[in-house]
Amino acid sequence: MMEFVPILAAWQRHKLIVVLLALLVALTCGIVCNVALMIQQRGALMSLPSGVAESNLVLVQSIDLSLTANPIAQHKTDLAALGLIPGVKAAAAVDALPFNGNNWTNGIMTTPDGRGGMSASASALNGTPGELRTLGIHIVAGRNFHPDEYIPLDSAHGFDGLEHVSAAIITEALAERLFPGKSALGRTIYSYPNPMRIVGIVDHLLRPDIGTGNDNDYSAIFPMLPDTRDVTYVLRTSPQERERVLKQAKDVLYQLDENRVLRGAETFEQLRARYFESDRTMIGLLIASAAGLLFVAALGITGLANFWVIQRRTQIGIRRALGATRGDILRYFQSENFLIVSFGIALGVVLAFAINTLLMRFYELRRLPFFYLPIGAVLLWCLGQIAVLGPALRASHVPPVAATRSG
Amino acid sequence: MLGYYVEVALRSLRRTSILTSLMVLAIGLGIGASMTMITVLHVMSGDPLPARSSKLFVPMLDPRPLGHGLSPSDRRTETPNGFTWPDAMNLLHEHHAVRQAAMQGGAVAVHPAQADSHTLFERGEFVTSEFFAMFQSPFRAGSGWTAQQDQRHARVVVLTSQLNQTLFGDASGIGRTVRLDNTDFRVIGVLNDWHPQPRFYGQPGYRTFGNPDQLFLPIQTALELKFSFEGQLSCWSNGGDTRTSDKCTWLQYWVELDSPDEVALYQQYLSNYWHDQQAGGRFTRKKSPPHLIGLTPWLTRWQVIPANLSMQMWLAIGFLFVSILSVVALLLAKFMRRSGEISVRRTLGARRRDIFIQFGVESAVIGSAGGLLGLLIAQFGLWSIRERPDGYAQLAHMHPLMLVSTVVLAIIACVLAGMLPAWRACQVPPALYLRMQ
Repeated sequence: MMEFVPILAAWQRHKLIVVLLALLVALTCGIVCNVALMIQQRGALMSLPSGVAESNLVLVQSIDLSLTANPIAQHKTDLAALGLIPGVKAAAAVDALPFNGNNWTNGIMTTPDGRGGMSASASALNGTPGELRTLGIHIVAGRNFHPDEYIPLDSAHGFDGLEHVSAAIITEALAERLFPGKSALGRTIYSYPNPMRIVGIVDHLLRPDIGTGNDNDYSAIFPMLPDTRDVTYVLRTSPQERERVLKQAKDVLYQLDENRVLRGAETFEQLRARYFESDRTMIGLLIASAAGLLFVAALGITGLANFWVIQRRTQIGIRRALGATRGDILRYFQSENFLIVSFGIALGVVLAFAINTLLMRFYELRRLPFFYLPIGAVLLWCLGQIAVLGPALRASHVPPVAATRSG
Repeated sequence: MLGYYVEVALRSLRRTSILTSLMVLAIGLGIGASMTMITVLHVMSGDPLPARSSKLFVPMLDPRPLGHGLSPSDRRTETPNGFTWPDAMNLLHEHHAVRQAAMQGGAVAVHPAQADSHTLFERGEFVTSEFFAMFQSPFRAGSGWTAQQDQRHARVVVLTSQLNQTLFGDASGIGRTVRLDNTDFRVIGVLNDWHPQPRFYGQPGYRTFGNPDQLFLPIQTALELKFSFEGQLSCWSNGGDTRTSDKCTWLQYWVELDSPDEVALYQQYLSNYWHDQQAGGRFTRKKSPPHLIGLTPWLTRWQVIPANLSMQMWLAIGFLFVSILSVVALLLAKFMRRSGEISVRRTLGARRRDIFIQFGVESAVIGSAGGLLGLLIAQFGLWSIRERPDGYAQLAHMHPLMLVSTVVLAIIACVLAGMLPAWRACQVPPALYLRMQ
């Protein structure tokens, strides 16, 4: 502690440098903390569990061009043929998947008119009866749909079909939102304002399009078959056989009916990678700029320390002449740096929260968690010590004779 | 004298080449990062139709019943993202604006005439007749269609020159037939390259950047033939066909109004329409009366420019600021090391001003080098963004003005950074330091 007294005394004559250094550290601290938060926020989105057996799935989007055909019958024929491909363990036709952006959102309420109950917007990810088994969606309570629960084939399967739906499977997150703290199984939910009984609850099923909110897992499955000519076939296979199955699936589909367009034939992992492409760009850019920023800040600290050593050659010489060891001089500069960086960090904490508040107001950024600050502080202390090491070593090599060289 | 200072600066910088390169690197990184982000933001926030944007408006009509839009956190349900079919058709037929059009994006299978070619799947916009005149889309050959053809559900199509090239080679496709999904269409127009960026007329959030429209055809025809529409369809009650229901919003509707008077008149017309419809039991949301939104505010409202980008730009500017602080520190160290030299110059009669200018020139030299390095770093940054498949990525190019301003910005930053150290340097008293040597 005694070390700090002469340091503080010396600052009286070097206010400019102390202020510059503290400012540099503060700015760096403020920016880097928020950049880290942005990186963390993106990364958290990318690591959300989708709820499906990602490494086992391949998908093909088929758009039928013959307007006369009955899409539901066509899907049935297609699925039967796809199921015969060697290596395919299960196949289903779906209208939406996590990450495919095909978001059909419905308001779901716990009372018929939405009054006096809970409500949420949830995405519907419907498919043919094999959907849960094919995707590997994990039921934690209840059961899959019974065949007779699927809505009649002759009723509309889009928005208008919702009034025929009597059962629903929802995610745990949605169940918790609608019935906080209670078991949702067997309860009734309403949508426009058709009543549906919750027959099953699954652990996770990500919405086709996710964002920074906490509603990314608000999904529901209704017993409705995809009935449009634009459908996605999902095949479950082993990871090694995905490429071959995918190729064969395209051939099989073209052989069955040439009058269609096949798009987006890919593995689920490719779909995921594509969905997060821009997030990865963003994380890369953020990491690069944070690294650049720290590097530049270290340059600045080194520069200032160097300047300071030059300015104080005489004083260092005098201290050496009076018996200070090289280690004493080294420690002096190191503790001085530590002290200034600490001031900078104190200022930087305020700045970090100020920047955070500003960004929160204009952008989708969360509140900065408190544990970022000690991490940021340790990082900057280390940075400061590394940056000052060179100049401090140089100072410790100033010979005692320097005391006599100038006034 | 200035030439001499430049020479002195270069010599001095060469002598301390490591320190110099660190300074150039610091300023170059700061400039490179901020110019990359400023360029991306600049190209993305460009006016898609510079000559027309002040005359184009979106009428806002909120036909949803009270209590709809369940989750306030869900921005997608907060405002209606479009028109219902009946409202669009009413406004279109009453024709109160100079020009008006309803539109929505979609995709169709395009069968090339050559038997051996694969079926293409092309995105396009299904629009009403005045679309082309309102947005002044440039025709290379032929023209758009008429309102009568809209009514008759005419099988006509306007192609981009790119799709025309794919289908018909160098020959013009005008008058030829192209099969879309299962119906033959007659090509009546070919557009010059016309890809306004952002694609402002589309539904917000769908193909805003990149993925330009390749064909345009009458929306009534598309509806009749059940072509697939893209984008969001929001309904609040069921029954009947969703596309033509007055309880589903999905269409984009734009009007052209050439003067403030016309804007006021149209505003009045919208209010009247709203009140008339209320008599029929629609538009129960009394708190959201109809209004007009101009093109630029429309883009801002829908955050057509990803918010993350402007956040990154501010970040990059913070980075530049840290770089400048670092350069201040490094220049302080550098200039003070030369106290002896300054002292000698001062003794020989140099004024403080001379010293100040000398070091100012040295900062500017560092700034120029940093600017050039920043330019390289920015080019690399933009290249890496262009390599990404994001829609906006392809736009990330620097134009000449940006190139020049990068270097100028770097020099200004460095001269500013050099002010304080240079001022400190010229405080060095004459002769005092001579004793040191």
